[in-house]
Amino acid sequence: MKVLLGIGGSDGSFEALADTVTRAEEAGDAVTVAIVDREDIARTPEEIETEVRERLAETGMDPEIRHLSGHPGSRLVELAEQEQFDRLVVAGGERSPLGKINFDETLEFVLLNAETTVTLVR
Amino acid sequence: MTREYPDEPAGEFPSPPDTVTDGDGREIRYRSGSDDDTEALVEMYLDFEAEDRAQGIPPVREDPIRDWLDVLLSDDCLNVVALHDGDPVGHATLVPDEDGSYELAIFVVRPYQGAGIGTELLEHLLGYAQDEGVERVWLTVERWNDPAIAVYKKVGFDMISTESFELEMAIRLE
Repeated sequence: MKVLLGIGGSDGSFEALADTVTRAEEAGDAVTVAIVDREDIARTPEEIETEVRERLAETGMDPEIRHLSGHPGSRLVELAEQEQFDRLVVAGGERSPLGKINFDETLEFVLLNAETTVTLVR
Repeated sequence: MTREYPDEPAGEFPSPPDTVTDGDGREIRYRSGSDDDTEALVEMYLDFEAEDRAQGIPPVREDPIRDWLDVLLSDDCLNVVALHDGDPVGHATLVPDEDGSYELAIFVVRPYQGAGIGTELLEHLLGYAQDEGVERVWLTVERWNDPAIAVYKKVGFDMISTESFELEMAIRLE
């Protein structure tokens, strides 16, 4: 299966990376990592890429890494459709101090607008 | 996350403890809560209707309920419980956020909904918060939850964000 993983740099998105890699190793998925530039995340896309590569180095997998500039949700949805990915994986649903699960704007956009099947990792 | 709070503080809210007759003629007692209430609240949340859950809380099974209540009933948080004949029928809580503001949530069990207990719980929690010097309170609510949104507005919360799945509301207490 051709899998596109969106990474925004949140802790949750790195957990999604670990989950996606584990699954890919078992199922033989072809994974592409797309780093998006989120305004609410302090880390720059370059810093995020460094961390992604460090984490991947431990696994022995070497997926293609791309950078998407502009509106994160729409760019992810666009890429998944244009290049006919089978699945789009995104992280989201961070918990508030009280334990409430909240969906951010990127996640909402992806869930509502993707024609590709979406896996939400939370 | 930066939140826009209303410029003007809300008026004064009633402090717990207090007893108020609800819309169905039941005497409901409102008092501050602590970890002494853990067992009674675990019972209350185990009976909580699945459709009354919101954004993943309260948790469903006992162990996650206990973990969650451990956080809520710690010394950093403020709690008010609504009791009828000594048993909790509602619970409202404030949990501190990183920036000194507090996140609010409120729960009323099914047989006691629609009788004004949620509004009283909310007002007494905000009164307790004023007594404790809390300045800013925020919450998120699912956009289809009209009864809850109406109560929050009535009490003085302003809508501050409508950008995501959940609406965000806030109030300034002083």
